[in-house]
Amino acid sequence: MSTETNAAVGPVEGASLYDVDHPAPIIEPPRQRTRKTPKSTRGNFELAAWLFMRLSGVVLVVLVIGHLLIQLVLDGGVSKIGFAFVAGRWASPFWQVWDLAMLWLAMLHGSNGLRTVINDYAERAGTRLWLKGLLYTATVFTILLGTLVIFTFDPNIR
Amino acid sequence: MATPVLDKPAQDATASHLITITLRVRRFLPEVSDEVTWEDFALEIDPKERVLDALHKVKWEMDGTLTFRRSCAHGICGSDAMRINGRNRLACKTLIKDINPEKPITVEPIKGLAVLKDLVVDMEPFFQAYRDVMPFLVTKGNEPTRERLQSAEDRERFDDTTKCILCAACTSSCPVFWNDGQYFGPAAIVNAHRFIFDSRDEAGEQRLEILNDKDGVWRCRTTFNCTDACPRGIEVTKAIAEVKKALITRRY
Ligand code: HEM
Ligand code: SF4
Ligand code: FES
Repeated sequence: MSTETNAAVGPVEGASLYDVDHPAPIIEPPRQRTRKTPKSTRGNFELAAWLFMRLSGVVLVVLVIGHLLIQLVLDGGVSKIGFAFVAGRWASPFWQVWDLAMLWLAMLHGSNGLRTVINDYAERAGTRLWLKGLLYTATVFTILLGTLVIFTFDPNIR
Repeated sequence: MATPVLDKPAQDATASHLITITLRVRRFLPEVSDEVTWEDFALEIDPKERVLDALHKVKWEMDGTLTFRRSCAHGICGSDAMRINGRNRLACKTLIKDINPEKPITVEPIKGLAVLKDLVVDMEPFFQAYRDVMPFLVTKGNEPTRERLQSAEDRERFDDTTKCILCAACTSSCPVFWNDGQYFGPAAIVNAHRFIFDSRDEAGEQRLEILNDKDGVWRCRTTFNCTDACPRGIEVTKAIAEVKKALITRRY
């Protein structure tokens, strides 16, 4: 029987830094639960966020697929899109509400999704803080700008 | 099917059926080095033996410093969950022949917990999450003078989650747990489920509240790694989904 190994534990060249009384440091898992971790981080926010993802997802299926069909497929596809096309659609409150709902739901759904991605992947508290700050800023800016445009759109602008 | 017949002479069963395998073990020996290294062990073994037998052979005959946990050796104590060929399994329930012995068989400690030595990890964060969900029967009123009776259907409701052996294969296969170790993890939720859906227990609401945490059930991303990893065949992701559902229906 062969007992050949590529000896990680074979005779060590030179003196080892570590022995039984001075073992190598153990690498702690990041942010292991310690006495310093806050006791209660309970609340219904994550529950609501989870529920919101599913509900907004269901509504987005209708809104987004409808949007894509109207914009890209039906009646000549993309070639028809222009200022006049947008002005024509936003003349109707129905499409205003449609686009407003799509804007808010997609932005909140997408940002909350990215928030969970950041929570899942960013390992340091500082990285999380900065990424989320950037995310929330971009979200608020886009939602406000989009809402402003939908409500103040003037077809006679020139 | 016909009765199996032993048509080969018995001496065939001695040496000829042994095969040579390479066991590639992820080693960390803090008394020697702070480096983590792969070490190959070549050994002859019956392919119908288990990875645990191969580890024993190494420890008893080749290198006594090899360190791992095991107790029952029969898949019931939950001591020897490890990452074998990149998947979390119990070494005592994994047959050599089932994991392609032609190639080196990799054996690593489970992920997401601090490695103390070789395949031994610090299970404390795992058991902390387990203790947090109060894994014991909670009742009000006087102690009954006889058993607490339960219908067969009521018992069936949480049967699946009673099978857990706390091996940590599920929790240490979960990418959310790998990130920061703050997530309660599938095993804690499975063991909360065990009591939340027990008709005799009266602290279900309290346990749901505990899991309604920022690092509770809502961190689950439905990856199904836990269900794949569980050596007891528990439908872990389903149990987590049932806890989520119970939280939503009780809140709204
Ligand atoms: C079309 C219909 C849609 C449905 C049915 C849907 C459904 C979902 C669901 C259920 C989740 C949660 C996954 C989890 O918790 O594990 C999710 C996550 C996510 N969604 Fe949507 N969504 C839709 C559209 C959108 C749109 C339009 C965007 C972009 C604005 C978006 C961006 C995201 C992101 C970034 C995540 C996080 C990814 C993750 O958690 O893995 N989704 N979606
Ligand atoms: S649920 Fe399965 S994998 Fe998880 S600790 Fe229990 S027995 Fe192990
Ligand atoms: S040694 Fe007990 S479960 Fe494997």
